[in-house]
Amino acid sequence: MTDTVLAAKKKRSFWVRLGRNMRQHPLLYLMIAPVILYFLLYHYYPMYGLSISFFDYVPTKGITGSKFVGLKHFREFLEDPYFFRTMRNTLVINLQLLLFGFPIPILFAILLNELRSARLRRVTQTVTYMPHFISTVVICGMMLDFCAENGFITTAICRLTGMKPVNLFSRASMFQPLYVAMCVWQEFGWDSIIYYAALTGIAQELYEAAEIDGANRWNRIIHISLPGISQTVVILLIMRIGNMMTLGWDKILLLYNPMTYETSDVISTYVYRLGLTNFQYSFATAVGFFNSVINFVLLILANTVSNRLSNTGLW
Amino acid sequence: MAHTNSRHRSGKKFSVFQTVDVILMFFLMLITLYPMYYVVVASFSDPVLLKSHVGPLLRILGKPTLAGYRKTLNNKSLLNGFRVTLFYLVVGTTLQVVLTSMGAFVVTRKSFLIRRGMMKFMVFTMFFSGGLIPQFFAIRNTGIYNTIWVSSIPYAVSAFNLIIMKSFFESIPDSLEEAAIMDGANDFTVFARITLPLSKPVIAVMVLYYGVGQWNSWFPAAMFTRDRAIYPLQLILREILIENKSVAADNLAQAVEDTFTSELVQYCTIVVSTVPILVIYPFLQKYFEKGVMIGAVKE
Repeated sequence: MTDTVLAAKKKRSFWVRLGRNMRQHPLLYLMIAPVILYFLLYHYYPMYGLSISFFDYVPTKGITGSKFVGLKHFREFLEDPYFFRTMRNTLVINLQLLLFGFPIPILFAILLNELRSARLRRVTQTVTYMPHFISTVVICGMMLDFCAENGFITTAICRLTGMKPVNLFSRASMFQPLYVAMCVWQEFGWDSIIYYAALTGIAQELYEAAEIDGANRWNRIIHISLPGISQTVVILLIMRIGNMMTLGWDKILLLYNPMTYETSDVISTYVYRLGLTNFQYSFATAVGFFNSVINFVLLILANTVSNRLSNTGLW
Repeated sequence: MAHTNSRHRSGKKFSVFQTVDVILMFFLMLITLYPMYYVVVASFSDPVLLKSHVGPLLRILGKPTLAGYRKTLNNKSLLNGFRVTLFYLVVGTTLQVVLTSMGAFVVTRKSFLIRRGMMKFMVFTMFFSGGLIPQFFAIRNTGIYNTIWVSSIPYAVSAFNLIIMKSFFESIPDSLEEAAIMDGANDFTVFARITLPLSKPVIAVMVLYYGVGQWNSWFPAAMFTRDRAIYPLQLILREILIENKSVAADNLAQAVEDTFTSELVQYCTIVVSTVPILVIYPFLQKYFEKGVMIGAVKE
């Protein structure tokens, strides 16, 4: 009894305080109002919109006029012949991106940091950041050109493997390696900035002391450089895992075609085709919902594991 | 080579590690630059030779020609795309920077009662989203479907960028703002007269981040517009580079010529649309790097 009274009092006092705060600082609330409105309309309203996955949604009737069907669309997705294919591709492509795209910038930053010539370091940085600024459409267009039947990537691969020249993007077996290579090529330089910054922040005395103690270069990298950036590495790894299911599918949309769906069709591209080209709104939303939930669970898992192991995390 | 960095200790003049490191760096630069070099060289080549060429390209094929560039620059949709993208850059970026800085300012105010809750409210959107279809309905139901606004209004504030700005604002000494309040300044005056003028570096970073995003944006326009007149540059590029659509030919002779020049025109289009940003970027590099680092501190 007293608890509820106290809680009610506390609650009331919050609204009272809020009202007072709004009267005291009306301009702050006025300034943040458009920001709140933006988040409500384009983030929270779509989250509410996820509810259409529980209906047989007909846009003209609205949610209230559509028939509630519970988990029907989710069950349908689990039984969908493409469920396994899209799940597998989403996971496999993302794991490959993680496997190559994550450690390479770290290694690159360490190698940059070990360079003696500051000028060479500067030039290498400027050059390797460049692809980050080429637009997604142009990068994919270049890739398609270079992998056409007469493209130089095709020629190089054919010389190495003795394969007959074909358009590489018509081969399901080639899609994933080419896609991953392209992503890594575009971002390894840019992604290294943050690690390089962390490396330059390590105290010089540590390196000098280690040298006096007779540590060689490998020892210094392993015992000073790596521990010095480990916190940065962990945070970025969590962020990356938390975005795993959603990142970069616009590039897949530009590069894939029905001939490579077997290895290139991911959940997001499937949702796009279902929803915006076939107008199966409720089913597409259910599939997308599934994706968002997996993504969120992965993030929480990664954060928990990291909190346990190293006491660093996003929260 | 001079030992410019104190960390790069004295030691032997020659070291295997250094040599391998230097060679590796040159190799990385080579694989980064070669595709770009290929595009530039191809864009000046003879269209017929280029079409039949197989494998790597080291120099311009045949007599250097500007034919591809003439054709590219005469492409009306491409020019219109540039115009739309210019609108994206000016109006879209302004909207994003203004809203993000106002939001970031308010959540750094200690006098703003709900600042913690507000941060959670915004950061949550970084990790959970409604996905494509609900987003489509949000855009339709707010009346901006098939308008030039689909690329800016639904992306007005990035929670990530707001965190970067917030951490910069927090580094400004409170005393300055307190002094202004003592002198009778209101919250908006503090924002406009004190905080913003002291935040030029982070504003530069935001303009660059959002600006590059607007320049590259193709996805919202592809999903949420139908009218070709409001296609941005990148969507026109998609037609030319990915879908291999050329400008509609007037007659047969034109159509035959087009099949020969299509590849050349693609390379010229890449150069025309990419060179502006690659030329500007090295001068702005330090701002981009700064942005990454301000973000890192907060994380």
